[in-house]
Parts: sequence; structure tokens; C-alpha cells
Amino acid sequence: MSIPSAWSNTITVCASCPIKTIQEAIQQASEGDTILVKKGIYKEANLKIDKSITLIGEGLPTIDGEAKGEIITIEADNVTLDGFKIINVGVSYTTDYAAVRIVNSKGFIIQNLELEKLFFGIYLQKSNNGKVLNNKVKGEAVTEFTSGNAIHLWYCKNVEVRGNDVRKVRDGIYLEFSDNITITDNFSVNNVRYGLHFMFSNNNTVNNNVFETNGAGIALMFSKFMEVKNNVIKKNWGSAAYGLLLKEVNDANLKNNIFIENTVGITVEGSNRLVYSNNDFTSNGYAIRVKGACYENHIVDNNFLYNSFDISYNGRINDNKFNNNFWSNYTGYDLDKDGIGDVPYRPVKLFSYIVNRTPETIILLRSLFIDLIDFSEKVSPVFTPDDLMDDNPRMKRIEHDRN
Amino acid sequence: MLKILKYSFYDLMRSRWSYVYFAFYLLLGVVLLFLNNDLSKAVITLMNVIIVLVPLIGTIFGVMYYYSSKEFTELLLAQPLKRSSIFLGQYLGVAISLSMSLILGLGIPFIFYGLFMSNAIWDFSLLLITGVFLTLIFTALAFNIAISNENRIKGFGYAILMWLFLAVIYDGLFLMSLLFFEDYPLDKLSLFGTMLNPIDLSRTLILLKLDISALLGYTGAVFKQFFGTNFGLIVSFAALTLWIVLPVLRIVYKSKRKDF
Repeated sequence: MSIPSAWSNTITVCASCPIKTIQEAIQQASEGDTILVKKGIYKEANLKIDKSITLIGEGLPTIDGEAKGEIITIEADNVTLDGFKIINVGVSYTTDYAAVRIVNSKGFIIQNLELEKLFFGIYLQKSNNGKVLNNKVKGEAVTEFTSGNAIHLWYCKNVEVRGNDVRKVRDGIYLEFSDNITITDNFSVNNVRYGLHFMFSNNNTVNNNVFETNGAGIALMFSKFMEVKNNVIKKNWGSAAYGLLLKEVNDANLKNNIFIENTVGITVEGSNRLVYSNNDFTSNGYAIRVKGACYENHIVDNNFLYNSFDISYNGRINDNKFNNNFWSNYTGYDLDKDGIGDVPYRPVKLFSYIVNRTPETIILLRSLFIDLIDFSEKVSPVFTPDDLMDDNPRMKRIEHDRN
Repeated sequence: MLKILKYSFYDLMRSRWSYVYFAFYLLLGVVLLFLNNDLSKAVITLMNVIIVLVPLIGTIFGVMYYYSSKEFTELLLAQPLKRSSIFLGQYLGVAISLSMSLILGLGIPFIFYGLFMSNAIWDFSLLLITGVFLTLIFTALAFNIAISNENRIKGFGYAILMWLFLAVIYDGLFLMSLLFFEDYPLDKLSLFGTMLNPIDLSRTLILLKLDISALLGYTGAVFKQFFGTNFGLIVSFAALTLWIVLPVLRIVYKSKRKDF
């Protein structure tokens, strides 16, 4: 049964139809046509789409690539791919085979796909102005070098990545040299390396995503003008894990994010002019670990709750401003009852300074001696930067406005 | 020996101090659970208390009991009894009654809170086991000090100093040596350093079992590789047992030669 259409043809593919394979349908279709694929299993690989057509799966038909290599390659503008289950992508150590690859195209829409047994999932290459929506990617990655990324963007611009669910691959979402990308409402879980990974990508927005139990939640590297808002980053726990890695990132805005139970909430290195505001850091090993060369950053209106270390810092120079945060470890008082503590809070403990210098000393964590030296350093700072403090620590936890 | 053990044990059971000790732990357990509302968090807080207080109480109690029952001991020595069994009986009486106060005092509130249905039960049992080990070790050390010193004030002084050394000063020296040799690979040294001090050893054992072990990073990985295996666990419990056996042997040795 085909849907009648006045302006373009619809080609139906099914086991009992005249056209039995997708390959054949693509060959017969002309610009603007729609191919409707009925429920069933289609053992096809290396499908090349080189004209502007719409491929719609009805009842989630399965395309089985039988590990022969790439499955669908799109090399035309305005192609829509909707509602397929694509399995068995070939694994290679020399070629990045993908379930769906889009090359030099504009205006694509890739949605409602389910990808399993894959190497790379959706690979966008030099493609602009498209959408990747509501896809489910479930990999079986064990190690970094034998697995690929679920959604991979390379030299892309103005792409919307929304509502995707990516699990057990290398990087959930990977961007390299890609600008003006919005990443919203995605769910990135159990990935071997990073939940979301940026390299040399500027002006991107990351909104309302959840990153859970990945090797690391988000890695932002060598990128500028980023917005990271309303994300939940949790349980990235392990000896080399962290919630958010910032390396050589400038002019970024981190707002309203929640960091829960990460070994390190945020690791920062060589990043300048960042604004961290209205974030919650709860039960992390380290809330923020500053590794050096970070200047003119503002850390304001955040909640630091029950972290083993609030801030870890090496070096004695500080050019970052801490203000109006709530620290659960704060022990000062508020005589004038204005909600702001009268004594400044020093978030860097001497022990975290020592651990930075000699990592092996961490074995003395929670020893009585360490509590004693932390206390004496708090009273009169000698080793930690004496201007690194929050002058106006809040007495009560901030209730952030989250919609 | 069993008779003397029984006598010491009942004597202590009737004494006010055992009840104070028991009540303290009961209160601590109840308050912690009331404030935390979370079993596994309470276990972490409890660790901090156990690591510091159990050795201190064991030390003071041991010294106190030895000096206060000295006249009775002299009376017993006049009887045809083996010296080692008199002193060992007394030692075990003190150590067992202290361990019992610890186990019951902490166990009761946790059991009422639903320990058996929680997965914190292994962490909690490890906590109690190390607590009992620490009681046995520090009571034995306290008896050693008391036997060697006739002067009560001196004995108390040495006992407190011993506790202070193992609980605080040792960690300071340990930290200094780690910082001093920071250019060398330190994982073997830090492993060795922890093994030598029963308080550090207990702390590390518990920390590695708890979730915070990932915080320890690379060093943690080395430690986990050691303590995580059965071999490491056996070695560390052997070290703790050695810490009991050596002082106890010295009690026996000293008591045989002591002139009353």
C-alpha cells in the first residue's frame, strides 16, 4: 500500500513488493521522491544515496550490514532518513565505517534510528544545517581503540543534535572543527571514554543533557565561546574519571549544571575568562580541580555540598574570583544576619595542596594528623594562595531556579 | 586462666565504665543514623571515630585496669597459679569486655535501622572487625606499658604518648618522609609505611572498601591491587594479628620475670 502523493512519487519496498531491496528503490527514485520501507529484515550494505530523497521506515525495518563495512552513505542535500534499525557495521582499524555517513551535504534530517552492533554510528562529515534527532545508539564497546563514536561531527556547522540516547560506545557525541552546534536533551550513558567530546569547536551550546557513568562526562578541549547549561553530570567515578574536563577553553559559560558523585567535578587547565555560576557540586571527590594557567575566571553563586575537596589548586598565584557561593564546609558566623558570612571562606585545604605536589600522600586521607594541619592552615594560610577565598560566603544553600 | 578471665570479665561488666563506654557508642550510633539517614554515610563518619577513639579508650582502660587491680593481682600471685595465666586472663577480660561494648553499642542501633537489608553490611562488619583488632592491640600495648612502669603517673604518660605517636605523630613523620623522597617512586614505601602502623592499616583497609577509594587515584590503584586481592587482605590481617601477638608475648615474658 503506497501513500498517494501529488508532487512526488512514493516507492514502496517490502518482501512481497515488486521492489524488494532498498538498493533497487534508491536506483529507481528521482529527486524529491519518497521511499517507504515496510517492516522486515533487509541484508544490505554500502547503500549510496546521491539524490534528495526521503527514506521512511514503517514499523522499524532492520537493515543488517552483515559487518561488510559502511551501511548508508548520504552524498546529497535535503535527505531525510527516518525510522530504521541499523545493525552490524563492519569494524576496521584503517577505515572509520559508520552506520550512517553524511558527506558534504546540507539540510539532512536523521531521526528515530536505532543503531546496534556498530563501529561508528552517525558520522557527519563537512555537512551543514541539518538535524540529528531522537536516535538510539547502543554499542558494545569495551576498549577505546576497538570502538567508535555514536554521533561524530567533523567540520560541520549549524547542526542540531537533540533527544538522542547513546550508550556503550567510545564517545557518545564527538565534535571536531565544528561550530554553532546545539546539543540538547541528549542522554549519554556508560560510554567508554567521554559522554560528549569537543575538539577545536567554537560557539556551541550544550543544554539539558544527562551524562552518567561515562569514563568522563564532558571533555571540552581547545574550544571557545561555549555555553554549557542545565546539564546533569553524575557518577563519572573511577581513578581517572571526571565530570567535566576543560582544557584550553576560553570564554565559556557554565551555568545551572548539576555535578553529583564524580571523582572530580571539573578539571580545568589553561582556561581563561570562564564564568561558573549557579551550579551544584554534590558529593564529589574534588568539586573543581584547577591544574594551572587559569586566569580571570569567576566562580559565583554555586553550591558546594559535601565534597571531599572543594577546590584543589597548585601554585601560589591566583587570579580567579570566588564570590557568593555556598560552602557546606563553611564554619563562620553571620552576626548582622544578612545571609552572608562575616568571615571569608578559604576553599583550598593544605592537604589538597600537598596531594597536588606528591600524589602518594593521598593515602593519609582522613587521618587525624591531616585534619590538624588543615585546621592550622585554615587559621593562618602559609602554603595556599592567601587571596584565594570567598569574601562573601553564603550561610544558606542557594535554591537555584531550574525550569 | 579461664577462671581469671571470667572473673575479670564479670568484674568489668559490673563496673560503671563499661556501661559508660557502651552508652557512648549507643548514643553515637543513634545520633549518627538520626542525622545522616543513610547507612553507608554513617559508616564513613563512624570510621573517623573508631580510628581515633577505639585506640585511645583501649589504651586508657588497659592502663587504668592494671593499676586499679594491682592489689588483687598480688593476692592472686600468692596462690599456686601460673603467672602468664593471671596476666593473660586479665588482659583478655579487659579486651573482650571493651570489644563487646563496641559491638553491642554500635550494632544495636544499626540493626534496628535495617542493617541486614542494606548492602552496607560488609563495610559495617569490616568496621567492627578492625575496631575489635584495634581494641585488642591497644589494650595489649597498654598492659605492656603498665607492667614495665611501677609509677602510675609515668605509666599513664607513656600510654598517652604511645597513642599520640601512633594516631598523630606517625602520620606526620610518614608525610614528611613521603615529601622528602618525592622524586623517587613511593608506592612501595607508602604501602610499607601503612603496614607498620595498626591505625593507618585499619584506616586504609576501610577506605579502600568504601566508595571513596577512587579518590586515591594512581596510589589508590596500587593499594587496591594489593589490598583488593585475598593475598593483600591476608597479609594485612596477619600484620594486625602480629600487632596483637608480639605485645601479648611480651606481657608473658615480662610477667614471668617481674619482681612484685
